[in-house]
Amino acid sequence: MNFLPFFRRKTFARGIHPAGNKSTAGMPIRRMPFAPRMILPLAQHIGKPAVPIVRPGEEVVRGQPIARADGLMSLPLHAPADGVIEAIELKPSARGPWVNAIVLRVYEASTQEVRWATPPDVDALTPQEIVAAIQAAGIAGMGGAAFPAHVKLTPPKGTVIDTLIINGAECEPFLTCDHRVMLEYPQDVIRGIQLAMRACGAPRAIIGIEDNKLDAVEMLNRHAPADGRIRAEAVATKYPQGAAETLIYALTGREVPIGARSSAVGVLMNNVMTMAYIGRLIPAGEGVIERVVTVAGPSVVRPGNYLVSLGTPMRSLIEYAGAQGNEKQIILGGPMMGEAVASLDVPIVKGASGVLVMPEREIARRVYPCIKCGECVSVCPKGLNPSMLGMLAARREYDVMAEQFFIGECFECGSCSYVCPSHIPLVQQFRVAKGILKERAAA
Amino acid sequence: MRERIELRTAPHIVQGNSVERIMLHVVLALLPIAGFSVWQYGISAMALILTVTLTCVATERLMNHLMGTPNSLTDWSATITGLLLALTLPPAFPLWMAVIAAIAAIVLGKFLFGGIGNNIFNPALVGRAFVQAAFPVSISTWAPAFSSHRFSEFIPTTLTLPLMTPPDISVWAKQALDGFTGATPLARWKFENVLATPHDFLTGAVTASAGETSAILILLGGLYLAARRFLDWRIPVAVLLSAALTAWAFQLYNPVRFPDPLFVMLSGGLLIGAIFMATDMATSPVTPKGVWIYGALIGVVTVIIRYFGGLTEGVMYAILIGNALAPLIDQVTRPRVFGEIKVKKS
Repeated sequence: MNFLPFFRRKTFARGIHPAGNKSTAGMPIRRMPFAPRMILPLAQHIGKPAVPIVRPGEEVVRGQPIARADGLMSLPLHAPADGVIEAIELKPSARGPWVNAIVLRVYEASTQEVRWATPPDVDALTPQEIVAAIQAAGIAGMGGAAFPAHVKLTPPKGTVIDTLIINGAECEPFLTCDHRVMLEYPQDVIRGIQLAMRACGAPRAIIGIEDNKLDAVEMLNRHAPADGRIRAEAVATKYPQGAAETLIYALTGREVPIGARSSAVGVLMNNVMTMAYIGRLIPAGEGVIERVVTVAGPSVVRPGNYLVSLGTPMRSLIEYAGAQGNEKQIILGGPMMGEAVASLDVPIVKGASGVLVMPEREIARRVYPCIKCGECVSVCPKGLNPSMLGMLAARREYDVMAEQFFIGECFECGSCSYVCPSHIPLVQQFRVAKGILKERAAA
Repeated sequence: MRERIELRTAPHIVQGNSVERIMLHVVLALLPIAGFSVWQYGISAMALILTVTLTCVATERLMNHLMGTPNSLTDWSATITGLLLALTLPPAFPLWMAVIAAIAAIVLGKFLFGGIGNNIFNPALVGRAFVQAAFPVSISTWAPAFSSHRFSEFIPTTLTLPLMTPPDISVWAKQALDGFTGATPLARWKFENVLATPHDFLTGAVTASAGETSAILILLGGLYLAARRFLDWRIPVAVLLSAALTAWAFQLYNPVRFPDPLFVMLSGGLLIGAIFMATDMATSPVTPKGVWIYGALIGVVTVIIRYFGGLTEGVMYAILIGNALAPLIDQVTRPRVFGEIKVKKS
C-alpha cells in the first residue's frame, strides 16, 4: 500500500469526519418524470428576484424564458416543461417565508426536447459575451448558495485572477450528485471550465475533489486538455473541505484575509456542477431548466441521483422516490448545512443539491450547560471559539461576539453543533446573532 | 407521504456524543481504583467511598430542588466528584468529616457558581481543601494498608461520632501492621529523607490515600479515557512532563537533597490529579496552547510546593491555582482566526 499520499494530503486545519453515507455514489443519473405542477420561485438565487414576462393562461414550451433578470445581480427563469401558466402567486420557500412563484401546469404530453434555443458561435465569444450568456442561461451556483454564476465569474475591478478553483469536494454526507456529474459529464465539466477561464481571465484551473472520489479525479484528468492548464487534484476527505476558504487553502496554501473575498488572493471558486451546466448550456444556447439532485436518507425507498426539473415540488419528488412511512423530516441540501422544509410544496430550485428524507431521531437530546470541553474549538475550521461565542449569544452580547470573537467569520458549517456533547444549538445561536448584528448595522 | 414533517435547524446529523456518556465513562474508569482501595483498606475505605459519593449525589439533588434547576444526577458529574473526593481522602478519615467535605464540594465548589459547567474550581478539590483547613490532623492521619482484620473491623477513626475528635490510632496501627509509621512517602522523604521505590508505589505497598496507591490502575483508566477521547491527553502529559522536568532540574542542582523525577511522578496525588482532576473540562482551558501552559503550570507548582512549602503535598493547590488561571490562559492564548493576517497593501 502506498501511504505517502496519506502524509501529504492537501487539506485544512481542524474540521470533522462525519460518516459519508454516500451509498448513492454508484447510482447513475436517471431522469425523474415531470410533476403535474411546477412551482418556480422568482428568487432562486441570491440577488434581485426575476421579473415575470408571461401571464396566467399563457402557453409556454420547454426552455422558453418566463421571467427576465432584473439588473446585474439577478437571473432569468425558463419553463421546465411544455404547459400553461396557471398563476403567479405566493408559495412556501425552503427557508420558510412565502415568496412569489410562477406556477406551471404541465401538459401530460410535454416533450423532453428543449424547444427554445439560440446557439451562439462559442469560439468567437468575448469574455463579456460569455458572462452575458451565462446570465441569460439563468445559471446560479449549484452547490447550494445559488449565487449568480456570471457575477462570480466577474473579478472585481483591479484584481487579477491567476487560479480558478472548481469545487468538486462534495464534503456533505449523503450527497453524490457532483460525483455522478463528474463521472458522467466530464466533457461538459471541462468545456464549462474552459469557458469560465475565458470569462474571468484565469490562466489555470484546479478541480479539488475529496479523495473518496479518486475515480472522478482520474476521469476529469483524462478529459482535461493536454496543455495542463486544467487539472483535478485529490484533497483529504474531511468536512467542510468544500467551503471556499478551506478548499482554496488546501489547493493553493493561500488564506483569504478576514473580510476579503477570494479574489483578494487571486482566486475565484465555483462549483463543479455549475461548470457542467455552463459547458452544456452556453454552446447550446439554452437556459437552465433541470439539475441533478441526490435523493437519499434512511427513509427513502428508491435513493439515487435524479435529473429533476426545476420547480418539481417535494411532494411529487418523494412520491416518485418513495418514502418508507417513518419519515419525519425533509432536508433540502446536505445534512450539515441544508434546510428542513416546512411544506411539501417547496420546489427543487437551482441551488438544491439534495433531498434527504430523514426518520425521527431516536433519542431525545437533552441540552446541558457548556462544560467547556473544547471539542468545538478543536473542530472549527475558522479557528473561532464556538464555546465562548455560545455563552455570549446566550447572554445576548452580540457586539462582543462581533468585535472580540469574529462571529462574522462563521460560515455556519455546523461542525461545532455536530460535536457538542452538551447538545447546544450553537450554529442556530450564531445565525440569530448574525441576523441581529446585520439588522443593527443596517439601522 | 405523511403531511406531518418536522422543522429543525442544521446540522441534521450529530456525532452522538453527550455529557452523560463522557461522565459515565469517567465513572467507569474510576471504579477499579475505588475497588483497589477497598481491597487495601477494607470496609473503612468502602464506607468512606459510599458515604462521600452518596452525600455528593444527595446534595446535588437537594441543590437542584432548592435552586429550581432540572435534575442533574443523570449527568453523573456528582458521582465523579464523590468518587474523586473519596479517593483523595485518607482511608481512615472520619465519616462525619467526609460528609462535610462532600457537601462543601457540591455546594461551594459547584452550585455557588451555577452548577455543572459553570464552576471555576474542581469541586472535589474544593471539598478536600475545605476539610484540609477544617480538620488538619485527621486529613494527615494515615492508617496501614493490608491490615489483617480490614474486612471485619473498621479503622477506629472511621466511626467517630459527629463533631467529636477522632481517637489517636497510632497504637492501633502499630498492632495492625508491624513497623507502621503513619507517614506518606512524601512525608517520609521530606522529614526522614527515606525514599519509597517505584516498586512500592506500583504494588500499593505505601501509606497514602487511595488515589496515590494504585498508579497502574490510574494510568490504565487514563489511557482508556484518552483513547476514547473522553479526556484531553495533553493535560496529563503536560502536568507529568513538567513535574518530571522540574524535579530533574532540581536533582541536577542538588542530588542529595532532591529526589528523582520518577519518585515525584509516582508519589502523592500527582497521577490521579493529572489524569482525573486537572482534566476536568469545565475548569481547564480550551485553547490548544492553553492546555499545555495550564498543564505545565500545575506540574511546576506541584513540585515547588512539595519542595519548599509547609505541606508535604502540592497537587491539590497546584490544580486549584491552575483552575483559577484557566480563563486567563484561554484569553491570552486565543488561536489565530483563519484569515487573521496582515493584508499587504499593493
